[in-house]
Amino acid sequence: MKDKNDLQKRIVQNWQLYLFILLPFIYLIMFKYVPMYGIQIAFKKFDPVKGIAGSPWVGFQNFTQFFTSYQFERVIKNTITLSFYSLIAGFPMPVLLALCLNALRSAKYRKVVQMITYIPHFIAVVVMVSILRQVFNPVIGLFGILYQFLTGSTAPDLFGSAKAFAHLYVWSGVWQGMGWGTIVYIAALSNVDQELHEAAEIDGASRFKRVIHVDFPAIVPTIVIMLILRSGNIMSVGFEKAYLMQNNLNLNASEVISTYVYKVGLGAGNANFSYGAAIGLFNSVVNLMMITLVNYISNKVGETSLW
Amino acid sequence: MQTQDVSVRQSTRKKIHLSTEDQIFYTIINILTAVITISIIFPLMHIVAASFSDPAAVSAGKVIIWPVGFSLEGYQAVFSNKSILTGYANTIFYTVAGTMVNVAMTAMAAYALSRKNVPFMNSIMFMFTFTMMFGAGMVPNFIIMGKYHLLNTRLVMIIPGAIGVQNLIITRTFFRNIPEELLEAARIDGCSDAKYFFSILLPLSKAVLAVITLYYAVGHWNAYFDAFLYLNDRKLYPLQIFLQEILLASNVVDPDPDAAEEMRKLFNLLKYCLIVVSSVPILCFYPFIQKYFVKGVMIGSIKG
Repeated sequence: MKDKNDLQKRIVQNWQLYLFILLPFIYLIMFKYVPMYGIQIAFKKFDPVKGIAGSPWVGFQNFTQFFTSYQFERVIKNTITLSFYSLIAGFPMPVLLALCLNALRSAKYRKVVQMITYIPHFIAVVVMVSILRQVFNPVIGLFGILYQFLTGSTAPDLFGSAKAFAHLYVWSGVWQGMGWGTIVYIAALSNVDQELHEAAEIDGASRFKRVIHVDFPAIVPTIVIMLILRSGNIMSVGFEKAYLMQNNLNLNASEVISTYVYKVGLGAGNANFSYGAAIGLFNSVVNLMMITLVNYISNKVGETSLW
Repeated sequence: MQTQDVSVRQSTRKKIHLSTEDQIFYTIINILTAVITISIIFPLMHIVAASFSDPAAVSAGKVIIWPVGFSLEGYQAVFSNKSILTGYANTIFYTVAGTMVNVAMTAMAAYALSRKNVPFMNSIMFMFTFTMMFGAGMVPNFIIMGKYHLLNTRLVMIIPGAIGVQNLIITRTFFRNIPEELLEAARIDGCSDAKYFFSILLPLSKAVLAVITLYYAVGHWNAYFDAFLYLNDRKLYPLQIFLQEILLASNVVDPDPDAAEEMRKLFNLLKYCLIVVSSVPILCFYPFIQKYFVKGVMIGSIKG
């Protein structure tokens, strides 16, 4: 009884704070949790006339339809390939660049390099894909011109090639994110005790040795955390860039889960809301499991690395 | 004594003269960073150079990283195109209105959620964080937006993304780092929770407000997906959708036949100009944006 009074008292006392949270909370329910209620259409045969609640249940039919369709293997394979390749290619670059930046002797030069390498982070996806298209245009693009100059023959059209898609997708991502990704590591490097460097220098360690034995160990915890965070997203490839880079010629390599969900669920023609929702739900659940697993591992690792 | 002398002498010498090993090392990292920087700046220079070049030189593939036959024809075409001007105006509106809603909602929520010992706040925070890991997905979202009659309205560009959880976390972390003694002192002086927020907390939080304002603003400026999904009225399209139409289309699409004919001539040049024009606002504020974005990463990483 006393506890209840205490709770009531604390609620009354803080009434102004509840006013502050009122609108955000309504927003949260209306735009995040009500749509989750709509997920049930994944287990139904959605009929716009009958609405979400009124449509008939079909159990796992939409899911089995996806698992047995010929698209299933292709879409899953492309998604994992792209995100895994992105991880392998994109992850070490910021670490390397951060170590180099930190070791540069001229502060001015370092500022310039940072200023320039951060730029691509701010480029919109649509613009990014357009830049790619222009630069890799076989005739008028920078790549095409250089290719012609070096080999004497016309450059291949990389945008129309399924083989080149993953490379274009991944390396443009590296190009865009490399500089920005250094920030967390540079922050960690700025915390390195200068006395360690001085001591190593007196012992005759070269700058390279100090990068390996002083700088690098200092950012290993950050690297581990970033790696764990990144691997939680292994089953998600964003819709926008893949969709914008897609065309009929590279579809074999560029169709990922998110673009497929859009096409079957909302795309023009015979949109099947329930089928799209089912594939989306499957993807969300896998992602949630990955993130939970990764969180669990990171807690374990976090504990062990504390000593 | 003697060994110390030697090491002192060595270290003073090192300051003037680098060892061969160090010289090689510094040369290598200088070259490496230069190569990376050039690989980033060259494609960008190529785009800018082409946008200022003669249409014929662009189509013939003569422009590398410096304008060939300087001309502003592309820009004239861009600024006389009605679609692009509509898109620009819409994007400015969505960015300004959207960011105001974002910052107000985020600051309010972050304040309530930053206070300790208030019943239910932890559960609400968890509900916010959970949406980062699990969402309804494209199709249910689309159906619900339809139910709310938000499809094809300006509001759909502003309301559904009113609070970004990442920004909420950054703001809440920042509020939590402000000493609690301040609140206690204010309370003793009879200051209410609302008054504390407006006259003490907000003035102290200009840095974090600047950070999230810029995060949201850049997000709105670059946003593509919501418009792509929820809008199909050309009058409401933001710039990014028109960009996609023009930049990624291999054919000219414009309802006005005269404009279409004009565009066909300048097609390649126009693409380069559009890339530049759409990025100009961000480039103008770039030093400012960069500073606060970096700050945001720092605040965000304190909590981990």
